[in-house]
Amino acid sequence: MGRDDQVTAQACGKQSSRAVLSPREIAQRITRSRRDFLRDAAHISLGSALMNASPFVYGATARKKRKVIVITFGGGARDQETFAPQGQENIPHLLNELAPQSSFFAQVANHGILGHYVATASLATGVYETLNNFSAVPPEHPTIFEYFRKDLRRPASDAWVVAPSNGFNRIGESDCRGYGDGSGATVVLPKRLLRAATRGTATDYEHLLHDNYETPLYTPQVEGSEFELRQLESILKLSVDDFMAHARTLSSPDELSVFIARRLMKLEAPSLLWITMHDIDIAHSGAFSLYIDGIRRTDRLCAELWAAAQSEPEYAGNTTLLILPDFGRDADEDAGGNGFQHHRTGDPESRTTWMMVLGAGARQGVVYDHPVQSIDLVPSLGAMLGFSPAQSQGKPISELL
Amino acid sequence: MLPRDLQPGQFAAYPPQARQLAVAHLSLLRKLPLSFLPAFLRELSDYDYKFPEERKFIDGQLSTLAALPPQQLDAWFQPFAQLTLSSKLEHMDWVNQPALFLEEESAHLWTTRQQDAFRKAAMDYEARLHAALPAETLPVPRLGIAVIGQGVSSSDAPLFAKLRAHGTYFSQIDPLGGLDQLLQAAAVRAKAHPAPYAHWYVDGGTPAEHSSQLICLSYAELASLRTSLLNYMQKQIERPGMGPEELRSNLARLQPADIGMNPAGDPVLDRFQLKLFTEGSGTQIFSTTFAQWTAREALRRAQPLTLAVRFAPRQRQRPMNELLSPGGSAPELDAAGSLVDADMGAWYHWLNQQRLAGADRSSFVVWFEGHAQALAIGPTLPRGSESHSPMDLSKLVNLALG
Repeated sequence: MGRDDQVTAQACGKQSSRAVLSPREIAQRITRSRRDFLRDAAHISLGSALMNASPFVYGATARKKRKVIVITFGGGARDQETFAPQGQENIPHLLNELAPQSSFFAQVANHGILGHYVATASLATGVYETLNNFSAVPPEHPTIFEYFRKDLRRPASDAWVVAPSNGFNRIGESDCRGYGDGSGATVVLPKRLLRAATRGTATDYEHLLHDNYETPLYTPQVEGSEFELRQLESILKLSVDDFMAHARTLSSPDELSVFIARRLMKLEAPSLLWITMHDIDIAHSGAFSLYIDGIRRTDRLCAELWAAAQSEPEYAGNTTLLILPDFGRDADEDAGGNGFQHHRTGDPESRTTWMMVLGAGARQGVVYDHPVQSIDLVPSLGAMLGFSPAQSQGKPISELL
Repeated sequence: MLPRDLQPGQFAAYPPQARQLAVAHLSLLRKLPLSFLPAFLRELSDYDYKFPEERKFIDGQLSTLAALPPQQLDAWFQPFAQLTLSSKLEHMDWVNQPALFLEEESAHLWTTRQQDAFRKAAMDYEARLHAALPAETLPVPRLGIAVIGQGVSSSDAPLFAKLRAHGTYFSQIDPLGGLDQLLQAAAVRAKAHPAPYAHWYVDGGTPAEHSSQLICLSYAELASLRTSLLNYMQKQIERPGMGPEELRSNLARLQPADIGMNPAGDPVLDRFQLKLFTEGSGTQIFSTTFAQWTAREALRRAQPLTLAVRFAPRQRQRPMNELLSPGGSAPELDAAGSLVDADMGAWYHWLNQQRLAGADRSSFVVWFEGHAQALAIGPTLPRGSESHSPMDLSKLVNLALG
């Protein structure tokens, strides 16, 4: 036995039998089923065992008071950095506070284009939209906001969107015949508001204004109706100085979005509030630690927003919160991608994500492992709230009916 | 235009060797579907500037396809032929601008929900091709070396978490002279098994002293290239109507001379370096991303026998728009965050190495620079084990190599 062999034996003990694993085999070995890790993680039970009377059966009077908040992550997060065992430390709030209260859908598939604006538009219309991800154009099909307002005859003040960047300024309504033209949601773009408040001067908080991590040098031209600076005072009841003073205390664009959302909840109390977060998408820069920071911040902000809803009289007890990433990110084992950095391969990990539904009418502590699609969101909300998303191509999720 | 209409003169703008290859295989190229051929031409048109392993793969692909009986060739490409493309795509100059065509084709496939079918067709094709190509015999098993955590005095984070299941964790490594020992191990291999572009050293900061027989790329030494490129990108962005697709296409067309690179340089390596910044996302900004992406691309393209990658602290995260603008004050460093980035980078280094021929005999060593923690993977090392035996990094490399 040579010297190195002795070291081997001393260092490692007995030799183990070995087989070379392909990346695909590695993936199979390290991945447990989504159902297993969710059940273990949150000590919640499987939905199939709990099929009973619908908690969403409400009378017409109850519907009038119902509030719905939707939070999407415009920057997908993978299981292994979130709900898988090795990722759970990144989501203490989602896992320990919100998941036990929620109906958890463990397999939400997005079969559309995996770009953040087009995917969010698809979530909002219930149709896989095909618009240019990098253009400021409206969805082709009616949005949930238009269905909601038209069918339920709700005023503009009852549907709002808080979105991360200028590219989302048209997300509030489609250009579909019979809809559009002021019939959708009012869109607040906090970063645009911030830019307007700084009046284009170079500032210390310029870093909040970055528009798109996927194409960091590109900002779409903004056209059409959007939240104007003068509305700071009329709706958010904030002077520019107050707004800027608060903005200076925040570390990220998503914190600013949540701040705006909370102001809207307090002052406008919209029945349908849609918030799209974006910090996680820093993953496109390739820095894993910054991606993780984004996940942890998003986790905290989701809990903060839910806590805010519990403390607001207009929302406490009658609010349903839905949280879902728009899609995932590429698997480490897919040779066509570069792991967490992008969402370009269209592999199962980039197409599959989860959804959490909690609050009014939601069964608590239930995991549903059967596949649903991201375009099922709009028809499900239609069934909950009582509007008819006629052009949606998704199906209502039966467990939410 | 469709592939069946191809004529020799259409390859006139290709570099000499690429042109010769294309014309020599014209009858084959004419039989390939449009949904596939431009992707192949994108590679072939760069033939003169490809690494030897890439050339070998293109040659092997052409000879394999040319030898297939007509029915078998049809069967291989039927999944591609079944994809529906637009007339706009057919009218593009996909011979001379294959990258632009691929941008448009990708958008078309996503929009028409054919991306999944394309993905499956591509994966099946690759599997068939690799099964048909002769098995490679390497002169020496591959060795990957990753050095992470430069500048971190201590860390409570559990390192090498993803790699531990595949190798042995060592907790009593003598850090003294560790980097020298690892680079010396790489140099010894380069001397013993000399071959073009076969032994690499990538540094996310300023390179340490190393053998001239190693191909060395470093973030520090490429600073002027990054600055020139960022200036170019900034000017492009400011052009009216510039969108992300057009920007990407312009970057794809950039030649080393366009950006002021020395014309007397190595044309293969110069183009490789340029593509690191034009095709890599974040490589222009974060040194950790540069090191990870360079390792990934070197393995994918050059397929080195030895690849040592040393990560350095990246700058603290600041706004992208600010970071992408040249000049300004010296950035602060984020050593702790960089350790997390590099730990993930080491995992990707090993994964990418395992995609290459000879994976069953390859070895890998990752070391927390300046510290006693390391992990080694090799043909004779157990998986999921720990060792508390004292040793230096030279011995650890030998252990890994078996």
